[in-house]
Amino acid sequence: MLAMLQKEWMELVRSGRLFSLVVLFTVFGVMNPGIAKLTPWLMEMMAEEMAASGMVITSVEVDALTSWTQFFKNIPMALLAFVVLWGGSLVGELQSGTLTLIVTKGLQRWKIFTAKLSLSILTWTAGIWYCYGITYGYNAYYWDNGIAGGIAEATAAWWLFGLWVIAVMYLFSVIAGTATGAYLGTGMTIAVSYLAGLIPKAADYCPTALTGGMAFVNADSGIEAATCIITVVTLLAAVIIAIPVFNRKQI
Amino acid sequence: MNILEIKDLHKRFGSKEVLRGIHLEVPEHSIFGFIGANGAGKTTTMKAVLGLLQADKGDIFVNGEKVVCGQTKTNRHIGYLPDVPAFYDFMTAKEYLDFCGKIGGTDRETRRNRTEELLTLVGLSEEKHRIKGFSRGQKQRLGIAQALYNRPKLLICDEPTSALDPAGRKEILDILQSVCSETTVLFSTHILSDVERICTDVALLHQGEIAMSGKLHELQQKKAADTFRIQFSDGGELQVKEAELAGTIAALAEANRPIQTIQRQEASLEDLFLEVIQC
Repeated sequence: MLAMLQKEWMELVRSGRLFSLVVLFTVFGVMNPGIAKLTPWLMEMMAEEMAASGMVITSVEVDALTSWTQFFKNIPMALLAFVVLWGGSLVGELQSGTLTLIVTKGLQRWKIFTAKLSLSILTWTAGIWYCYGITYGYNAYYWDNGIAGGIAEATAAWWLFGLWVIAVMYLFSVIAGTATGAYLGTGMTIAVSYLAGLIPKAADYCPTALTGGMAFVNADSGIEAATCIITVVTLLAAVIIAIPVFNRKQI
Repeated sequence: MNILEIKDLHKRFGSKEVLRGIHLEVPEHSIFGFIGANGAGKTTTMKAVLGLLQADKGDIFVNGEKVVCGQTKTNRHIGYLPDVPAFYDFMTAKEYLDFCGKIGGTDRETRRNRTEELLTLVGLSEEKHRIKGFSRGQKQRLGIAQALYNRPKLLICDEPTSALDPAGRKEILDILQSVCSETTVLFSTHILSDVERICTDVALLHQGEIAMSGKLHELQQKKAADTFRIQFSDGGELQVKEAELAGTIAALAEANRPIQTIQRQEASLEDLFLEVIQC
């Protein structure tokens, strides 16, 4: 599997995907405190226009919480971009026929699947915590992160949700065999989880409950152990189902 | 001993029965031409041999081991070159072959030597740029190199020359001929001249069945046995069956047509092919 991991890493670097991911998470990381920092200036610029329509802005105060609020608004976009960048990884190989040569060399299919999944997980983990680090650093410089408790836990919840999305994406990649099928399947699974989460009794058992973000920081709600357990169990189930499906997939 | 045995192989795609009980034996160290028209089922058969496709019925044995679809155990005996090989085009030829070695668990020193050896064999040792810029012929040669990497007992090539120009075809056929002392070569094609040029054995797949198989020269002799070619002094010629030869000669003598030579006709593969598909 090491050979496959090395190949995946080489592809990540040479295809420019790693560069795109670094740019993506850097931009989002800088954008969070950046937007917070620019908010008073933007409001001042718009004050005259808003006054004409009867809205009076007296003073706008920003702090680390403003920046963290932006952080949790940006994470879904970062995850979406991440899924788009990784979504074609397995199906692209299935469709182009590059897997045929290595499978007929005796490389077991579960190793191919695991190598791709592992590197996706690794880059998501590195990306989200890199983005968190940039935001945290700027916030510490401009304001005080102390007023925002539980930020790391709320980010960890999003990280876990991201892992779940990645596992679901790979499951649908092997089932559908097309990028469209993988995106549709992943989107529908997230939608089902979101809709189920609207039912109060089911809310704690849906992985989408991990996307609380600022609600966890403001202690409006907490990260339930049940949610984490269900997410991990369904994540593992997706992987366990995907491997035999991939083994039987016609290449 | 046979390196490959296929017994009663059936495969259906929807309502179309592509393979209707194929029986095939490929002897060791032969260059086996697997011929048939486009869509005859050659690629389907090869994918079943590689365990990439689930057959509806029948058994396949490679080096005596049964092939199980989705499992890769028997593939350690096989090197495979598809008709249009797809590589990781962000790699160089050297990196790709090194990757093939790593997959097989080969140590660094052996990988280095084997990679150099194969790049020289297929004439790509000077190519330093990435596979993305390779021509079709270069990709085909790299395809042979990767297929030979693990010193397979059976080299399967699916229409290796069909997309190449005459010079590219010659290069590929020369390489296949040069490796037959180390491995058995099974290659599918619809280019009969390629088969005649290098194959020792052939099988013709027609309408989902093996319509003819055996040693190429024996098949040609068998066909040749009952056909004669009469050449006339005026440059004309005539082909007649053995049973009709005496009658034809008598008729020609009666008509005062001077005969220059009478020779047993050497059957070409094309004759055999046409005879089978016209039956």
